[in-house]
Amino acid sequence: MTQELSTCGYLSEEELKGSPGIPSEARRKKGPVAVIECTQDIPCNPCEGSCKVGAITVGEDITNLPHLDGEKCVGCTTCVPVCPGQAIFMVDESIEGDKAAVTIPYEFRSVPEKGQVVTALDRSGTELGDAVVAGVRKTEKMDQTSLVTIEVPKEWFMKARGFRFKK
Amino acid sequence: MVTIGAGPAGLAGAIEAARNGVEVVAFDENERPGGQLFKQIHKFFGSSVHQAGVRGFNIGSGLLDEAQKLGVEVSLSSVVLGIYENNVMNVMIRDHIEQVKAERILVATGASENMIPFPGWTLPGVIGAGAAQTMANLHGIRPGKRLLMVGSGNVGVVVAYQMLQAGCEIAAVIDAAPKIGGYGVHAAKVARYGIPFLMSHTMKEANGKEKVEGATVIQVDEKWQPIPGTEKSFDVDTICIAVGLNPMNKLVRMSGCKTVYVPALGGLIPAHDLNQRTSIPGIYVAGDVSGIEEASTAIIEGRIAGLAIASSLDYLDEAAFVEQRDRQFQNMKGLRTGSHGEARRKAKDYLNAVMKG
Repeated sequence: MTQELSTCGYLSEEELKGSPGIPSEARRKKGPVAVIECTQDIPCNPCEGSCKVGAITVGEDITNLPHLDGEKCVGCTTCVPVCPGQAIFMVDESIEGDKAAVTIPYEFRSVPEKGQVVTALDRSGTELGDAVVAGVRKTEKMDQTSLVTIEVPKEWFMKARGFRFKK
Repeated sequence: MVTIGAGPAGLAGAIEAARNGVEVVAFDENERPGGQLFKQIHKFFGSSVHQAGVRGFNIGSGLLDEAQKLGVEVSLSSVVLGIYENNVMNVMIRDHIEQVKAERILVATGASENMIPFPGWTLPGVIGAGAAQTMANLHGIRPGKRLLMVGSGNVGVVVAYQMLQAGCEIAAVIDAAPKIGGYGVHAAKVARYGIPFLMSHTMKEANGKEKVEGATVIQVDEKWQPIPGTEKSFDVDTICIAVGLNPMNKLVRMSGCKTVYVPALGGLIPAHDLNQRTSIPGIYVAGDVSGIEEASTAIIEGRIAGLAIASSLDYLDEAAFVEQRDRQFQNMKGLRTGSHGEARRKAKDYLNAVMKG
């Protein structure tokens, strides 16, 4: 386990760089894509089986890190609620203007509404600032995990990974 | 066959044995079967053979349904008081005691939580992580308004997240160890909501007269000694303890089976071979009592024991047994590799070597 993760409980952006689940910057600019923040050799592979286009590879040894093929990923979000570690996010840098969209797996009782202004949080729970809820999805297949998409300023798209309701 | 404990290991063992024609009774001291599975509201890890992505309580329901369809008799509020010679047991079933003799016994008694003593540890409000889960996830009761989690292993970080889901505030997760013990992804789910992790910190005392009104923690050095002047106090009403588990081995030890102290598996472990057989003929172990792991490994060990029992009673021929058992070995393999699993695999190999002498 890397330094920051093993002492503070969260990954730094530095630690994530070069991780096989992180799409390239060029790919991220093209449109919605999965970001797999899974950096530890734990036995787990549901993400691989969930991907309909074969963009995620774990392989026979299920402690391998998931590898994302950014060129294959179509940004469909199927893998996001499947990850038992809630470690997969969908980012979309391609939307117009200075905004980016981040889709977050969410398992709390009160689900926000579309259009609601919430406070975006980074991986350490530090408040980044206001974000607008662009959509909420919950289907039976997702088994109680909702997908909440928030719109944030572009510079936060690799930072915003949670949100809290405004007081 | 009698299984002692109807948790993941006991139910899985019962299912495999019953599927092959063995008559099975499962005794469980609780009012509900399933062991700890029905408290597990999170999605499980692993691969499809381990039902990865399915929430623990749903895995529990599946096992229970299957056991019942196969005619397994689950006897609840049934405490096995002792195992005596020739596989005879005294069982207290509600208000009376029965003597039961089984041809095979699968001991799947699970584990109990470790506790750490500190001034104030008997105050109401100091609870185990298991109790916190029972309250929140089984009964819908929030254990406290604001709590401190002691322990950063998988139980600590998983339960911390579940307490956030239950509507508790969490002041911090502390651990005397310098590094977080649980999976990074579990820790990240908690950290993401602003919960600080304080590593190399232990409990100094619980504050309060009638109940917990606060907690004082203190930093420890590399020799685990408290460093005076590093105390921090938290305004909490609940202190949740998640400092590991130890095997519930007392019952199986009554049988006189060989035991080995294995720190990597949580304590004193009944020696067992790859078929989960102990040194006492007819007595098998599976799940946390045979070494602290987790529910998915417990289920596989239970299945192996159930198959071995069916085979030993001639309900399953050798070739079929080997084929089915080896499939379970294969399923187990992935769960005992990697930096979290390798030490457990080595410890299990060691126990098998002990059995072989």
